[in-house]
Amino acid sequence: MSNINLDNIDSMQVDVLKEIGNIGAGNATTALSTMVNGKVDMNVPKVALLEFKDLPDTVGGAENIVVGILITLEGEINGMMMFMMEQKSAYRLVNILLGKPPEDESFTEMELSALKEIGNIIAGAYLSSLSTLTGIRIDASVPYMSIDMAGAILSVPAIEFGKVGDKALIIETQFSKDDSDVNGYFILIPSLESYGVILSSLGL
Amino acid sequence: MGKLIKVGMADLNVCTTPDALTTLGLGSCVGIVLYDSLKKTAGMVHVMLPDSTKIKNNENTAKFADTGIDALIDKMVSIGASKSRLIAKIAGGAQMFAFSSNNDMLRIGERNTEASKLKLKSLGIRIIAEDTGLDYGRTIEFYPETGELHVKSVGKPLKVM
Repeated sequence: MSNINLDNIDSMQVDVLKEIGNIGAGNATTALSTMVNGKVDMNVPKVALLEFKDLPDTVGGAENIVVGILITLEGEINGMMMFMMEQKSAYRLVNILLGKPPEDESFTEMELSALKEIGNIIAGAYLSSLSTLTGIRIDASVPYMSIDMAGAILSVPAIEFGKVGDKALIIETQFSKDDSDVNGYFILIPSLESYGVILSSLGL
Repeated sequence: MGKLIKVGMADLNVCTTPDALTTLGLGSCVGIVLYDSLKKTAGMVHVMLPDSTKIKNNENTAKFADTGIDALIDKMVSIGASKSRLIAKIAGGAQMFAFSSNNDMLRIGERNTEASKLKLKSLGIRIIAEDTGLDYGRTIEFYPETGELHVKSVGKPLKVM
């Protein structure tokens, strides 16, 4: 089985992981555009090996207030999938979907649960395309949601990585809606062994 | 007014007044502040995991409650603090997501807090203020001049301990 040495990933492996991010995020973005009935763009995914202290900078800084929807992965691959949106973006998204005035900046209980479901659908689109591509079975948990500082939310996957090393390898894709009022991130954080499983499934 | 020195995740640092220490967005991690009020010297460590002995890759001492506190004390003593005068203030150890399953990974905040307290107790360092647990993140700032720990959370008033 193909192994990843965190300090020495070859460019082929990076390209493959980027492509995985591309396909996963592409499907998730399509799901999102369908929901909002508008164009949603995504950036080229970034595959980054980050020290823990640099992790929150990928999503706008440790104190940036975000909505994080976390799905844990079990089965043939382990790890976490996180869908993160800036709080303002989450308000806009809910307002678009539920036909509320665009300036409304609050959530009712029902809107919170709608938001969680949106996150679930979007993250599900990401994971199912990954599963189709690799032929790997991915069992995803129910979605968990938290609205808080990005650093605090990212501490949850960071701690999982902390058990095996001092850095986290993430596949991150940023998306934004045309008028840039909705933007956020897809972050896939497989466990270290799972990288090997993913790469082997693609013949590397 | 001195500098506000940042302590990252799995990181530690020390300072003397007028400088201050901060760590941003503590979630399940625990921020431990040690303070020598006579020398107005402080140290802060942002630990991610309770126990270095359970983990193979444990070179980064600041990552664990057990080794992080020891490393912090050494560093403080090296800039003139006295170990016997140290007191502690701690914050963090939240459970950021309301997981329904009983997975051990999900109690990590609580375990980090317990391990930090145990370690401090074994060293005879008294905890004089604590803001831990619950389900939200915290940014903390410590000012050695006054000995105040400021705890900021989203949508909550500033807490000074």
